[in-house]
Amino acid sequence: MQWASWAAFFNMGGYAFYVWFSFGLTAVCLIWEILALRKRSAQALRLSRLLAQG
Amino acid sequence: MNINWFKYSSPQTFYPLAGRMIPWFAWLATAFAIAGLYIGFAIAPTDFQQGEAYRIIFVHVPAAWMSMVIYIVMAGWAALGLALNARLSAMMAQALAPTGAIFTFLALVTGSLWGKPMWGTWWVWDARLTSELILLFLYLGFIALQSSIDDPRRADRAGALLALVGVVNVPIIYFSVKWWNTLHQGSTISMGAAPKMVTTMLIGMLLMALAFWMYTIAIALMRVRCIMLERERSSEWVKQLSEVNS
Amino acid sequence: MNDAWVTVLRRDLLLALRRRSDVATTLFFFLIVSSLFPLGIGPEPAVLSSIAPGVLWVAALLAGMLSLTRLFATDFADGSLEQMLLAPQPLALQVTAKILAHWIVCGLPVVLLAPIIGLQYALSGDALLVLVLALLLGTPALSLIGAIGAALTLGVRGSGLLIALLVLPLYIPVLIFGAGAVAASQHGMSAQAHLSLLAACSLLSLVLAPMATAAALRISVE
Repeated sequence: MQWASWAAFFNMGGYAFYVWFSFGLTAVCLIWEILALRKRSAQALRLSRLLAQG
Repeated sequence: MNINWFKYSSPQTFYPLAGRMIPWFAWLATAFAIAGLYIGFAIAPTDFQQGEAYRIIFVHVPAAWMSMVIYIVMAGWAALGLALNARLSAMMAQALAPTGAIFTFLALVTGSLWGKPMWGTWWVWDARLTSELILLFLYLGFIALQSSIDDPRRADRAGALLALVGVVNVPIIYFSVKWWNTLHQGSTISMGAAPKMVTTMLIGMLLMALAFWMYTIAIALMRVRCIMLERERSSEWVKQLSEVNS
Repeated sequence: MNDAWVTVLRRDLLLALRRRSDVATTLFFFLIVSSLFPLGIGPEPAVLSSIAPGVLWVAALLAGMLSLTRLFATDFADGSLEQMLLAPQPLALQVTAKILAHWIVCGLPVVLLAPIIGLQYALSGDALLVLVLALLLGTPALSLIGAIGAALTLGVRGSGLLIALLVLPLYIPVLIFGAGAVAASQHGMSAQAHLSLLAACSLLSLVLAPMATAAALRISVE
Protein backbone atom coordinates (compact mmCIF):
# COMPACT_ATOMS: atom_id res chain seq x y z
CA MET A 1 0.00 0.00 0.00
CA GLN A 2 1.56 3.21 -1.06
CA TRP A 3 -0.91 6.00 -0.46
CA ALA A 4 -0.09 8.32 2.38
CA SER A 5 -3.75 8.98 3.03
CA TRP A 6 -7.18 8.77 1.43
CA ALA A 7 -6.77 12.38 0.42
CA ALA A 8 -3.60 11.52 -1.47
CA PHE A 9 -5.39 8.62 -3.12
CA PHE A 10 -8.22 10.80 -4.38
CA ASN A 11 -5.77 13.43 -5.49
CA MET A 12 -3.82 11.04 -7.72
CA GLY A 13 -0.75 13.27 -7.67
CA GLY A 14 -2.71 16.17 -9.13
CA TYR A 15 -4.21 14.12 -11.93
CA ALA A 16 -7.45 13.48 -10.08
CA PHE A 17 -9.70 14.81 -12.86
CA TYR A 18 -8.17 12.72 -15.63
CA VAL A 19 -7.87 9.48 -13.73
CA TRP A 20 -11.25 9.55 -12.00
CA PHE A 21 -13.08 10.80 -15.07
CA SER A 22 -11.64 7.90 -17.06
CA PHE A 23 -12.59 5.25 -14.55
CA GLY A 24 -15.87 6.94 -13.79
CA LEU A 25 -16.85 7.22 -17.46
CA THR A 26 -15.97 3.56 -17.98
CA ALA A 27 -18.13 2.53 -15.04
CA VAL A 28 -21.00 4.77 -16.18
CA CYS A 29 -20.90 3.44 -19.75
CA LEU A 30 -20.84 -0.19 -18.70
CA ILE A 31 -23.57 0.23 -16.09
CA TRP A 32 -25.69 2.17 -18.59
CA GLU A 33 -25.26 -0.69 -21.05
CA ILE A 34 -26.47 -3.19 -18.47
CA LEU A 35 -29.46 -1.07 -17.50
CA ALA A 36 -30.44 -0.41 -21.10
CA LEU A 37 -30.28 -4.12 -21.81
CA ARG A 38 -32.44 -4.95 -18.82
CA LYS A 39 -35.01 -2.48 -20.03
CA ARG A 40 -34.90 -3.99 -23.52
CA SER A 41 -35.24 -7.45 -22.05
CA ALA A 42 -38.21 -6.48 -19.90
CA GLN A 43 -39.94 -4.96 -22.90
CA ALA A 44 -39.28 -8.02 -25.04
CA LEU A 45 -40.67 -10.30 -22.35
CA ARG A 46 -43.72 -8.11 -21.92
CA LEU A 47 -44.48 -8.17 -25.63
CA SER A 48 -43.92 -11.91 -25.77
CA ARG A 49 -46.37 -12.36 -22.90
CA LEU A 50 -48.98 -10.29 -24.66
CA LEU A 51 -48.52 -12.31 -27.81
CA ALA A 52 -48.67 -15.60 -25.96
CA GLN A 53 -51.90 -14.71 -24.21
CA GLY A 54 -53.60 -12.80 -26.99
CA MET B 1 -19.17 -40.94 -29.03
CA ASN B 2 -21.49 -38.88 -31.12
CA ILE B 3 -21.14 -35.26 -30.21
CA ASN B 4 -23.94 -33.17 -31.57
CA TRP B 5 -22.03 -29.99 -32.33
CA PHE B 6 -25.13 -28.28 -33.52
CA LYS B 7 -27.33 -29.00 -30.55
CA TYR B 8 -27.13 -25.46 -29.29
CA SER B 9 -27.17 -23.81 -32.68
CA SER B 10 -30.86 -23.07 -32.62
CA PRO B 11 -32.28 -20.17 -30.66
CA GLN B 12 -34.61 -22.53 -28.87
CA THR B 13 -31.87 -24.56 -27.24
CA PHE B 14 -29.40 -21.76 -26.82
CA TYR B 15 -31.79 -19.43 -25.00
CA PRO B 16 -31.86 -21.34 -21.71
CA LEU B 17 -28.18 -22.24 -21.95
CA ALA B 18 -27.25 -18.60 -22.38
CA GLY B 19 -29.43 -17.73 -19.43
CA ARG B 20 -27.54 -20.16 -17.21
CA MET B 21 -24.16 -18.93 -18.41
CA ILE B 22 -24.72 -15.25 -17.76
CA PRO B 23 -24.36 -15.26 -13.94
CA TRP B 24 -21.08 -17.17 -14.16
CA PHE B 25 -19.53 -14.64 -16.48
CA ALA B 26 -20.95 -11.76 -14.50
CA TRP B 27 -19.28 -13.05 -11.33
CA LEU B 28 -16.02 -13.70 -13.13
CA ALA B 29 -16.08 -10.18 -14.50
CA THR B 30 -16.66 -8.73 -11.04
CA ALA B 31 -13.90 -10.85 -9.51
CA PHE B 32 -11.36 -9.92 -12.16
CA ALA B 33 -12.34 -6.27 -11.94
CA ILE B 34 -11.87 -6.16 -8.19
CA ALA B 35 -8.50 -7.89 -8.48
CA GLY B 36 -7.42 -5.67 -11.37
CA LEU B 37 -8.47 -2.44 -9.69
CA TYR B 38 -6.81 -3.47 -6.46
CA ILE B 39 -3.53 -4.16 -8.22
CA GLY B 40 -3.90 -1.10 -10.36
CA PHE B 41 -4.43 1.30 -7.51
CA ALA B 42 -2.98 -0.30 -4.41
CA ILE B 43 -0.05 -2.37 -5.61
CA ALA B 44 1.28 -0.88 -8.83
CA PRO B 45 3.87 1.77 -8.06
CA THR B 46 3.87 5.37 -9.21
CA ASP B 47 5.45 5.79 -12.60
CA PHE B 48 8.69 7.73 -12.64
CA GLN B 49 7.87 9.85 -15.69
CA GLN B 50 4.12 10.01 -15.77
CA GLY B 51 3.17 10.13 -12.13
CA GLU B 52 -0.24 8.87 -11.22
CA ALA B 53 -1.83 9.73 -14.56
CA TYR B 54 -0.47 6.55 -16.10
CA ARG B 55 -3.06 4.58 -14.14
CA ILE B 56 -5.52 5.41 -16.90
CA ILE B 57 -3.90 2.60 -18.88
CA PHE B 58 -5.74 0.18 -16.60
CA VAL B 59 -8.92 1.04 -18.49
CA HIS B 60 -7.55 2.50 -21.72
CA VAL B 61 -5.50 -0.46 -22.87
CA PRO B 62 -8.01 -3.18 -21.93
CA ALA B 63 -10.77 -1.20 -23.64
CA ALA B 64 -8.66 -0.86 -26.78
CA TRP B 65 -7.80 -4.56 -26.76
CA MET B 66 -11.45 -5.50 -26.33
CA SER B 67 -12.53 -3.18 -29.13
CA MET B 68 -10.27 -5.04 -31.52
CA VAL B 69 -10.95 -8.54 -30.18
CA ILE B 70 -14.71 -8.00 -30.31
CA TYR B 71 -14.56 -6.87 -33.93
CA ILE B 72 -12.67 -9.99 -34.91
CA VAL B 73 -15.01 -12.28 -32.97
CA MET B 74 -17.99 -10.43 -34.46
CA ALA B 75 -16.60 -11.01 -37.95
CA GLY B 76 -16.04 -14.66 -37.04
CA TRP B 77 -19.67 -15.13 -36.04
CA ALA B 78 -20.69 -13.26 -39.19
CA ALA B 79 -18.62 -15.57 -41.35
CA LEU B 80 -20.09 -18.61 -39.61
CA GLY B 81 -23.59 -17.25 -40.10
CA LEU B 82 -23.00 -16.74 -43.81
CA ALA B 83 -21.30 -20.10 -44.31
CA LEU B 84 -23.84 -22.17 -42.37
CA ASN B 85 -26.82 -19.92 -43.07
CA ALA B 86 -27.38 -19.96 -39.31
CA ARG B 87 -29.40 -17.15 -37.85
CA LEU B 88 -28.09 -17.66 -34.32
CA SER B 89 -24.54 -16.92 -35.46
CA ALA B 90 -25.76 -13.73 -37.08
CA MET B 91 -27.59 -12.82 -33.86
CA MET B 92 -24.35 -13.28 -31.91
CA ALA B 93 -22.58 -10.86 -34.24
CA GLN B 94 -25.41 -8.39 -33.77
CA ALA B 95 -25.20 -8.84 -30.01
CA LEU B 96 -21.50 -8.04 -29.88
CA ALA B 97 -21.48 -4.88 -31.98
CA PRO B 98 -22.83 -2.32 -29.48
CA THR B 99 -20.42 -3.50 -26.77
CA GLY B 100 -17.54 -3.27 -29.21
CA ALA B 101 -18.55 0.25 -30.14
CA ILE B 102 -18.75 1.27 -26.47
CA PHE B 103 -15.26 -0.08 -25.76
CA THR B 104 -13.91 1.72 -28.81
CA PHE B 105 -15.51 4.93 -27.58
CA LEU B 106 -14.03 4.40 -24.11
CA ALA B 107 -10.60 3.69 -25.58
CA LEU B 108 -10.77 6.97 -27.48
CA VAL B 109 -11.97 9.08 -24.56
CA THR B 110 -9.60 7.58 -22.00
CA GLY B 111 -6.81 7.88 -24.53
CA SER B 112 -7.64 11.53 -24.89
CA LEU B 113 -7.77 11.98 -21.10
CA TRP B 114 -4.37 10.33 -20.83
CA GLY B 115 -2.92 12.46 -23.59
CA LYS B 116 -3.96 15.82 -22.17
CA PRO B 117 -1.90 15.76 -18.97
CA MET B 118 0.96 13.92 -20.64
CA TRP B 119 1.40 15.73 -23.91
CA GLY B 120 -0.73 18.81 -23.50
CA THR B 121 -3.35 18.23 -26.18
CA TRP B 122 -6.76 16.62 -26.00
CA TRP B 123 -6.26 14.74 -29.22
CA VAL B 124 -3.20 13.27 -30.88
CA TRP B 125 -3.35 12.00 -34.43
CA ASP B 126 -1.07 9.09 -33.78
CA ALA B 127 -1.46 5.81 -35.62
CA ARG B 128 -3.17 3.90 -32.82
CA LEU B 129 -5.72 6.49 -31.74
CA THR B 130 -6.57 7.30 -35.36
CA SER B 131 -7.03 3.60 -36.10
CA GLU B 132 -9.32 3.33 -33.06
CA LEU B 133 -11.36 6.20 -34.45
CA ILE B 134 -11.71 4.44 -37.79
CA LEU B 135 -12.66 1.23 -35.96
CA LEU B 136 -15.47 3.19 -34.30
CA PHE B 137 -16.70 4.20 -37.76
CA LEU B 138 -16.63 0.55 -38.82
CA TYR B 139 -18.71 -0.47 -35.80
CA LEU B 140 -21.18 2.37 -36.36
CA GLY B 141 -21.48 1.46 -40.03
CA PHE B 142 -22.29 -2.14 -39.12
CA ILE B 143 -24.92 -1.09 -36.60
CA ALA B 144 -26.40 1.51 -38.96
CA LEU B 145 -26.62 -0.92 -41.86
CA GLN B 146 -28.38 -3.57 -39.79
CA SER B 147 -30.86 -1.16 -38.28
CA SER B 148 -31.76 0.36 -41.64
CA ILE B 149 -32.68 -2.91 -43.32
CA ASP B 150 -36.15 -4.11 -42.40
CA ASP B 151 -35.91 -7.77 -43.36
CA PRO B 152 -34.00 -9.48 -40.52
CA ARG B 153 -32.35 -12.16 -42.64
CA ARG B 154 -31.21 -9.64 -45.22
CA ALA B 155 -29.91 -7.45 -42.41
CA ASP B 156 -28.03 -10.44 -40.96
CA ARG B 157 -26.33 -11.30 -44.23
CA ALA B 158 -25.63 -7.73 -45.32
CA GLY B 159 -24.11 -6.91 -41.94
CA ALA B 160 -22.08 -10.11 -42.05
CA LEU B 161 -20.64 -9.23 -45.45
CA LEU B 162 -19.84 -5.73 -44.24
CA ALA B 163 -18.10 -7.11 -41.15
CA LEU B 164 -16.00 -9.43 -43.31
CA VAL B 165 -15.07 -6.61 -45.69
CA GLY B 166 -14.17 -4.55 -42.63
CA VAL B 167 -12.00 -7.23 -41.07
CA VAL B 168 -10.05 -7.63 -44.30
CA ASN B 169 -9.58 -3.88 -44.51
CA VAL B 170 -8.51 -3.30 -40.90
CA PRO B 171 -4.87 -4.36 -41.44
CA ILE B 172 -4.72 -2.27 -44.62
CA ILE B 173 -6.20 0.74 -42.85
CA TYR B 174 -3.84 0.31 -39.89
CA PHE B 175 -0.84 0.05 -42.17
CA SER B 176 -1.82 3.11 -44.14
CA VAL B 177 -2.44 5.14 -40.98
CA LYS B 178 0.96 4.13 -39.59
CA TRP B 179 2.52 5.15 -42.90
CA TRP B 180 0.69 8.46 -42.78
CA ASN B 181 1.80 9.02 -39.24
CA THR B 182 5.49 8.42 -39.92
CA LEU B 183 5.37 10.72 -42.92
CA HIS B 184 3.98 13.57 -40.91
CA GLN B 185 6.18 12.93 -37.93
CA GLY B 186 6.21 16.40 -36.48
CA SER B 187 6.26 15.44 -32.83
CA THR B 188 7.39 12.14 -31.44
CA ILE B 189 4.18 11.77 -29.54
CA SER B 190 2.91 8.28 -29.58
CA MET B 191 0.48 6.39 -27.44
CA GLY B 192 3.04 3.63 -27.63
CA ALA B 193 5.18 5.64 -25.23
CA ALA B 194 3.65 3.82 -22.33
CA PRO B 195 5.53 3.78 -19.05
CA LYS B 196 8.14 1.15 -18.64
CA MET B 197 6.08 -1.85 -17.77
CA VAL B 198 6.68 -3.07 -14.28
CA THR B 199 5.27 -6.55 -13.83
CA THR B 200 2.56 -5.38 -11.48
CA MET B 201 1.34 -2.90 -14.09
CA LEU B 202 1.15 -5.67 -16.67
CA ILE B 203 -0.74 -7.95 -14.33
CA GLY B 204 -3.14 -5.15 -13.51
CA MET B 205 -3.82 -4.54 -17.19
CA LEU B 206 -4.29 -8.23 -17.89
CA LEU B 207 -6.73 -8.61 -15.03
CA MET B 208 -8.76 -5.64 -16.21
CA ALA B 209 -8.68 -7.03 -19.76
CA LEU B 210 -10.02 -10.34 -18.46
CA ALA B 211 -12.68 -8.47 -16.51
CA PHE B 212 -13.78 -6.64 -19.67
CA TRP B 213 -13.75 -9.90 -21.59
CA MET B 214 -15.97 -11.71 -19.09
CA TYR B 215 -18.24 -8.68 -19.03
CA THR B 216 -18.47 -8.72 -22.81
CA ILE B 217 -19.46 -12.37 -22.87
CA ALA B 218 -22.11 -11.83 -20.20
CA ILE B 219 -23.53 -8.76 -21.96
CA ALA B 220 -23.46 -10.40 -25.36
CA LEU B 221 -25.37 -13.40 -23.99
CA MET B 222 -27.91 -11.07 -22.40
CA ARG B 223 -28.32 -9.15 -25.62
CA VAL B 224 -28.59 -12.23 -27.81
CA ARG B 225 -31.42 -13.46 -25.59
CA CYS B 226 -33.19 -10.15 -26.15
CA ILE B 227 -32.65 -10.44 -29.88
CA MET B 228 -33.98 -13.97 -29.86
CA LEU B 229 -37.09 -12.90 -27.99
CA GLU B 230 -37.66 -10.01 -30.36
CA ARG B 231 -37.19 -11.95 -33.55
CA GLU B 232 -38.72 -15.27 -32.60
CA ARG B 233 -41.62 -13.75 -30.70
CA SER B 234 -44.36 -15.59 -32.54
CA SER B 235 -42.74 -19.00 -32.45
CA GLU B 236 -43.94 -21.79 -30.20
CA TRP B 237 -40.88 -22.17 -28.04
CA VAL B 238 -41.04 -18.54 -26.94
CA LYS B 239 -44.66 -18.94 -25.99
CA GLN B 240 -43.72 -21.98 -23.92
CA LEU B 241 -41.00 -20.20 -21.97
CA SER B 242 -41.51 -20.06 -18.24
CA GLU B 243 -40.79 -16.34 -18.12
CA VAL B 244 -43.48 -15.75 -20.70
CA ASN B 245 -46.05 -18.13 -19.32
CA SER B 246 -45.85 -16.98 -15.74
CA MET C 1 -18.50 -14.36 -71.79
CA ASN C 2 -16.64 -11.48 -73.32
CA ASP C 3 -19.77 -10.57 -75.25
CA ALA C 4 -21.87 -10.27 -72.15
CA TRP C 5 -19.23 -8.14 -70.49
CA VAL C 6 -19.00 -5.75 -73.40
CA THR C 7 -22.77 -5.63 -73.67
CA VAL C 8 -23.20 -4.64 -70.04
CA LEU C 9 -20.48 -2.03 -70.39
CA ARG C 10 -21.97 -0.57 -73.57
CA ARG C 11 -25.45 -0.52 -72.09
CA ASP C 12 -24.36 1.35 -68.98
CA LEU C 13 -22.35 3.85 -70.98
CA LEU C 14 -25.25 4.40 -73.34
CA LEU C 15 -27.65 4.96 -70.45
CA ALA C 16 -25.20 7.38 -68.84
CA LEU C 17 -24.83 9.21 -72.11
CA ARG C 18 -28.57 9.70 -72.28
CA ARG C 19 -28.59 11.10 -68.77
CA ARG C 20 -25.68 13.42 -69.16
CA SER C 21 -26.63 15.14 -65.95
CA ASP C 22 -24.89 12.36 -64.03
CA VAL C 23 -21.46 13.29 -65.33
CA ALA C 24 -22.21 16.95 -64.94
CA THR C 25 -23.41 16.69 -61.32
CA THR C 26 -20.31 14.80 -60.26
CA LEU C 27 -18.03 17.33 -61.92
CA PHE C 28 -19.89 20.32 -60.55
CA PHE C 29 -19.85 18.86 -57.06
CA PHE C 30 -16.10 18.34 -57.30
CA LEU C 31 -15.72 21.92 -58.52
CA ILE C 32 -17.96 23.43 -55.88
CA VAL C 33 -16.45 21.56 -52.96
CA SER C 34 -12.92 22.48 -53.99
CA SER C 35 -14.00 26.10 -54.27
CA LEU C 36 -15.43 26.09 -50.77
CA PHE C 37 -12.14 25.53 -49.00
CA PRO C 38 -10.36 28.66 -50.18
CA LEU C 39 -13.49 30.59 -49.31
CA GLY C 40 -13.39 29.14 -45.84
CA ILE C 41 -9.65 29.28 -45.24
CA GLY C 42 -8.33 32.23 -47.21
CA PRO C 43 -6.72 32.73 -50.58
CA GLU C 44 -3.05 32.60 -49.63
CA PRO C 45 -1.27 30.46 -52.20
CA ALA C 46 1.15 29.03 -49.67
CA VAL C 47 -1.66 27.80 -47.43
CA LEU C 48 -3.69 26.54 -50.35
CA SER C 49 -0.89 24.58 -51.88
CA SER C 50 -0.19 22.89 -48.57
CA ILE C 51 -3.79 21.78 -48.12
CA ALA C 52 -4.31 21.02 -51.79
CA PRO C 53 -3.49 17.29 -51.79
CA GLY C 54 -5.88 16.50 -48.95
CA VAL C 55 -8.65 18.79 -50.07
CA LEU C 56 -8.62 17.69 -53.69
CA TRP C 57 -8.61 14.04 -52.74
CA VAL C 58 -11.45 14.43 -50.24
CA ALA C 59 -13.45 16.34 -52.84
CA ALA C 60 -12.79 13.56 -55.36
CA LEU C 61 -13.86 10.93 -52.80
CA LEU C 62 -17.10 12.70 -52.02
CA ALA C 63 -17.90 13.44 -55.65
CA GLY C 64 -17.41 9.79 -56.58
CA MET C 65 -19.59 8.70 -53.71
CA LEU C 66 -22.56 10.80 -54.79
CA SER C 67 -23.18 8.71 -57.84
CA LEU C 68 -22.88 5.35 -56.11
CA THR C 69 -26.56 5.02 -55.20
CA ARG C 70 -27.44 5.03 -58.86
CA LEU C 71 -25.02 2.25 -59.68
CA PHE C 72 -27.49 -0.54 -59.13
CA ALA C 73 -30.70 1.23 -58.16
CA THR C 74 -32.02 1.94 -61.65
CA ASP C 75 -31.34 -1.62 -62.80
CA PHE C 76 -32.99 -2.93 -59.66
CA ALA C 77 -36.05 -0.79 -60.31
CA ASP C 78 -36.62 -1.93 -63.87
CA GLY C 79 -35.82 -5.59 -63.27
CA SER C 80 -32.65 -5.84 -65.32
CA LEU C 81 -30.60 -6.50 -62.19
CA GLU C 82 -32.54 -9.70 -61.58
CA GLN C 83 -31.81 -10.70 -65.15
CA MET C 84 -28.14 -10.23 -64.48
CA LEU C 85 -28.39 -12.42 -61.40
CA LEU C 86 -30.11 -15.12 -63.41
CA ALA C 87 -27.75 -14.91 -66.36
CA PRO C 88 -25.29 -17.76 -66.91
CA GLN C 89 -22.34 -15.39 -66.90
CA PRO C 90 -20.68 -14.89 -63.53
CA LEU C 91 -22.26 -12.00 -61.67
CA ALA C 92 -18.87 -10.75 -60.55
CA LEU C 93 -17.85 -10.30 -64.17
CA GLN C 94 -20.95 -8.35 -65.07
CA VAL C 95 -20.44 -6.25 -61.98
CA THR C 96 -16.93 -5.40 -63.15
CA ALA C 97 -18.39 -4.08 -66.37
CA LYS C 98 -20.85 -1.90 -64.49
CA ILE C 99 -18.12 -0.58 -62.22
CA LEU C 100 -15.95 0.23 -65.20
CA ALA C 101 -18.82 2.17 -66.74
CA HIS C 102 -19.30 4.00 -63.46
CA TRP C 103 -15.63 4.89 -63.35
CA ILE C 104 -15.62 6.14 -66.93
CA VAL C 105 -18.64 8.31 -66.23
CA CYS C 106 -17.77 9.58 -62.74
CA GLY C 107 -14.13 8.85 -62.00
CA LEU C 108 -12.41 9.75 -65.23
CA PRO C 109 -13.95 13.24 -65.52
CA VAL C 110 -12.66 14.04 -62.04
CA VAL C 111 -9.19 12.91 -63.10
CA LEU C 112 -9.39 15.17 -66.14
CA LEU C 113 -10.73 18.19 -64.27
CA ALA C 114 -8.29 17.86 -61.39
CA PRO C 115 -5.31 19.66 -62.95
CA ILE C 116 -7.43 22.74 -63.52
CA ILE C 117 -8.56 22.76 -59.90
CA GLY C 118 -4.95 22.09 -58.93
CA LEU C 119 -3.94 25.29 -60.64
CA GLN C 120 -6.46 27.13 -58.49
CA TYR C 121 -4.59 25.72 -55.52
CA ALA C 122 -1.22 26.94 -56.77
CA LEU C 123 0.12 23.49 -57.46
CA SER C 124 3.27 23.34 -59.57
CA GLY C 125 3.70 21.32 -62.77
CA ASP C 126 5.25 18.26 -61.17
CA ALA C 127 2.65 18.12 -58.45
CA LEU C 128 -0.14 18.47 -61.01
CA LEU C 129 1.24 15.54 -62.97
CA VAL C 130 1.45 13.41 -59.86
CA LEU C 131 -2.07 14.48 -58.92
CA VAL C 132 -3.48 13.28 -62.22
CA LEU C 133 -1.51 10.05 -62.04
CA ALA C 134 -2.53 9.42 -58.45
CA LEU C 135 -6.19 10.04 -59.19
CA LEU C 136 -5.95 7.82 -62.24
CA LEU C 137 -4.53 5.01 -60.14
CA GLY C 138 -6.74 5.55 -57.12
CA THR C 139 -10.21 6.35 -58.45
CA PRO C 140 -10.78 2.80 -59.76
CA ALA C 141 -10.35 1.57 -56.20
CA LEU C 142 -12.93 4.12 -55.10
CA SER C 143 -15.45 2.89 -57.65
CA LEU C 144 -14.75 -0.74 -56.79
CA ILE C 145 -15.04 -0.34 -53.04
CA GLY C 146 -18.02 1.97 -53.45
CA ALA C 147 -19.82 -0.70 -55.44
CA ILE C 148 -19.81 -2.97 -52.38
CA GLY C 149 -21.51 -0.24 -50.39
CA ALA C 150 -24.01 0.42 -53.16
CA ALA C 151 -24.89 -3.27 -53.39
CA LEU C 152 -25.31 -3.66 -49.62
CA THR C 153 -27.65 -0.68 -49.31
CA LEU C 154 -29.72 -1.39 -52.39
CA GLY C 155 -33.27 -0.17 -51.91
CA VAL C 156 -32.69 0.93 -48.33
CA ARG C 157 -34.13 4.23 -47.15
CA GLY C 158 -31.54 6.92 -46.74
CA SER C 159 -28.99 4.84 -48.59
CA GLY C 160 -27.03 7.87 -49.77
CA LEU C 161 -25.83 8.79 -46.32
CA LEU C 162 -25.55 5.16 -45.27
CA ILE C 163 -23.22 4.43 -48.19
CA ALA C 164 -21.03 7.30 -47.03
CA LEU C 165 -20.83 5.88 -43.51
CA LEU C 166 -19.99 2.42 -44.79
CA VAL C 167 -17.59 3.27 -47.52
CA LEU C 168 -15.61 6.30 -46.32
CA PRO C 169 -13.63 4.38 -43.66
CA LEU C 170 -12.66 1.90 -46.37
CA TYR C 171 -11.52 4.78 -48.59
CA ILE C 172 -8.99 5.99 -46.04
CA PRO C 173 -5.95 4.05 -47.33
CA VAL C 174 -6.54 5.37 -50.86
CA LEU C 175 -6.87 8.88 -49.46
CA ILE C 176 -3.66 8.58 -47.46
CA PHE C 177 -1.60 7.21 -50.31
CA GLY C 178 -3.12 9.53 -52.90
CA ALA C 179 -2.73 12.74 -50.95
CA GLY C 180 0.67 11.55 -49.78
CA ALA C 181 1.81 11.16 -53.37
CA VAL C 182 0.96 14.75 -54.24
CA ALA C 183 2.42 16.07 -51.01
CA ALA C 184 5.64 14.15 -51.63
CA SER C 185 6.07 15.61 -55.08
CA GLN C 186 5.37 19.07 -53.69
CA HIS C 187 8.33 18.62 -51.37
CA GLY C 188 10.54 17.46 -54.16
CA MET C 189 10.51 13.82 -53.08
CA SER C 190 9.67 10.83 -55.16
CA ALA C 191 6.03 9.83 -55.15
CA GLN C 192 6.82 6.38 -56.44
CA ALA C 193 6.12 4.53 -53.21
CA HIS C 194 2.75 6.19 -52.80
CA LEU C 195 1.79 5.60 -56.41
CA SER C 196 2.79 1.94 -56.18
CA LEU C 197 0.66 1.54 -53.07
CA LEU C 198 -2.23 3.24 -54.83
CA ALA C 199 -1.89 0.86 -57.74
CA ALA C 200 -1.76 -2.02 -55.27
CA CYS C 201 -5.00 -0.82 -53.65
CA SER C 202 -6.72 -0.67 -57.01
CA LEU C 203 -5.47 -4.08 -58.06
CA LEU C 204 -6.48 -5.68 -54.78
CA SER C 205 -9.93 -4.08 -55.04
CA LEU C 206 -10.18 -5.27 -58.63
CA VAL C 207 -9.64 -8.82 -57.48
CA LEU C 208 -11.82 -8.81 -54.35
CA ALA C 209 -14.48 -6.14 -54.73
CA PRO C 210 -16.47 -7.62 -57.65
CA MET C 211 -16.93 -10.88 -55.74
CA ALA C 212 -17.97 -9.07 -52.59
CA THR C 213 -20.32 -6.87 -54.64
CA ALA C 214 -21.86 -9.89 -56.33
CA ALA C 215 -22.41 -11.54 -52.95
CA ALA C 216 -23.94 -8.32 -51.63
CA LEU C 217 -26.25 -8.10 -54.65
CA ARG C 218 -27.51 -11.62 -54.06
CA ILE C 219 -28.12 -10.76 -50.42
CA SER C 220 -29.98 -7.59 -51.32
CA VAL C 221 -32.10 -8.94 -54.12
CA GLU C 222 -33.11 -12.33 -52.85
